[in-house]
Amino acid sequence: MEQNNSLLTVKDLVKHFDISGGLLDQLALESGRIVRKKTTVKAVNDVSFTIMPQETLGVVGESGCGKSTLARAVLGLYPPNSGEIHYQDQRIDNLNPKQMLPFRKKMQMIFQDPYASLNPRMTVKKILEEPVYFHNKAINAQAAEDKVAEVMRQVGVDPAWSGRYPHEFSGGQRQRISIARALMVDPEFIVADEPVSALDVSIQAQILNLLMEAREKRGLTYMFITHDLSVVKHISTRVAVMYLGTICELAPTQTLYAQPGHPYTRALLSAIPELGVQKPKHLKLKGEVPTPINLPSGCVFHGRCIYANDRCTQEIPRLMRLESGAYVACHGVEEKRI
Amino acid sequence: MKSWNRFKNSYLLYSFKRDPVAILSFCVLSILVIISILAPVITPYNTYDSATFDIMDAETPPAWMEGGSKSFLLGTDIQGRDLLSTMIYGLRVSLLIGVGAVLFQALVGILVGLLSGYLGGKLDALLMRIADIQFSIPYLIVAIFTSAIFKLAFGVGRYAELAVPLLIIIIGMSEWPKYARTVRASVLGEKNKEYVEAARVIGISRWHIMYRHVLPNTLTPVLVISTIQVAEAVMSEAALSFLGLGMPITKPSLGSLIRAGFEYIFSGSWWITFFPGALLVIFILVILLLGDWLRDVLNPKLYKG
Repeated sequence: MEQNNSLLTVKDLVKHFDISGGLLDQLALESGRIVRKKTTVKAVNDVSFTIMPQETLGVVGESGCGKSTLARAVLGLYPPNSGEIHYQDQRIDNLNPKQMLPFRKKMQMIFQDPYASLNPRMTVKKILEEPVYFHNKAINAQAAEDKVAEVMRQVGVDPAWSGRYPHEFSGGQRQRISIARALMVDPEFIVADEPVSALDVSIQAQILNLLMEAREKRGLTYMFITHDLSVVKHISTRVAVMYLGTICELAPTQTLYAQPGHPYTRALLSAIPELGVQKPKHLKLKGEVPTPINLPSGCVFHGRCIYANDRCTQEIPRLMRLESGAYVACHGVEEKRI
Repeated sequence: MKSWNRFKNSYLLYSFKRDPVAILSFCVLSILVIISILAPVITPYNTYDSATFDIMDAETPPAWMEGGSKSFLLGTDIQGRDLLSTMIYGLRVSLLIGVGAVLFQALVGILVGLLSGYLGGKLDALLMRIADIQFSIPYLIVAIFTSAIFKLAFGVGRYAELAVPLLIIIIGMSEWPKYARTVRASVLGEKNKEYVEAARVIGISRWHIMYRHVLPNTLTPVLVISTIQVAEAVMSEAALSFLGLGMPITKPSLGSLIRAGFEYIFSGSWWITFFPGALLVIFILVILLLGDWLRDVLNPKLYKG
């Protein structure tokens, strides 16, 4: 896991949210005494991974498992509670906004909802110009305009429309504009937070192709967050599977789909519907995803895992390298009983 | 030119053209505003200049009544001033105080609401508690205290000079929490939208995000309450003047005219109170009707019941 030429390294990242509200909301009565109770959502717990230059790391998991929180923490939108984030060899999680500026140019984000990610009061031209002017104060108006036109053409939106407002575009076009905004500063690394899940299936393919094309042309590195397993198979070089704020498996795409290691990954992959299969062999999980407010002890998956034993309920498994090149956090796999 | 074209095709203009009440209100309001701005040019008498009126003309009835004079269309007040001219000047004062107070409220309220909503945390709690306290103090009490202290400290003569800014501040101070709460509520809705996160990913500072991205998206409700607030500020001013805490009779607003005439209403000089009162009602009514229309247009989720 330790590779020095990695683009992004995340070490033991923890992000908890305090949702206990004001002082009055925190007070609770416990066995006759008033106590102050804090409620925290443990969104991301001890997550470590690296992203190599020009690879696409897919992050999958069901809703509420901390994918988006992880993405925002990586970009410094949420300051992590503990852990380290390194970009190349520079630690970036403890920088102030000013020190962070050079990295803002290298890391960009594409958002899920194309209807919320563009400011409705700004024209497309203004939206796209903003990052250019912000990171290059000396640029003249003509150069900025040319840059806007060039990037708009690259993402397949006619530059003649740059004077229009976002509501005049369709969802797919808006997502293209959103991608254009991310590309305006010529970034190296893009975090895409479910960039296609709000779009029609027919548009999804176009946007995915656009993203892959941009990767080839610009040598981009993606962290691609999604809950769609077919999308992730299509676009990723490696896949991280998240469950309840932890990574349970991290493997090259082919390996993961061919021989999933972690019981959760197996159940997840078995849920992909296949054409022509009469009796699908779904691995049905019992119970529901526990709340991230009260995390289960030990392995977070133990309550739903058919292979769980005493060790799973007590000891938190760490990611461990298998012979196939996959990393799996599971005691059962480690003990070779699964 | 481009923005004019956009306006010409906008839903705002379209719905305006289809709403006769809005058109009528807008016309009446425009006429009143223009008249009051042009008061020194169009009024037959300058009622601020005591050399132009004669106490012997006092309480002349309107021109069409017995004893009326052709030179005073709506009659005169107790000091012999032409009532029509005085009313137009009064409307001017009322309008000035109304708009001034709303600008003051909006400035303070938007700033507080924006900071409170976007930065949140302890600052939010502090500012909102201040707003609550401000809300719980009736503006009448503030007005009584302030004007009493002011009259004591600077004398009644200076008070007449500074009454307009003083009233703007008193009325403005009492109503800014309305703006603060409205803006804060929409900032809370906007600040978690992805375009704000996109701006943060670019690296734009939070002051800049607040001003450039969040603020423009919170101004629609501000526009709507502003119309109602102007009407309310004019009414507040009239009420204060009626109680003798507002504009002095040498520079009367509509409220002080109503008050001045009120004492003579039973001696038969009803016109001194009636005409300013009617003008005030019409003025406030058209503003409120326009505000209603604007609210319906800008917030399509509300339907007329």
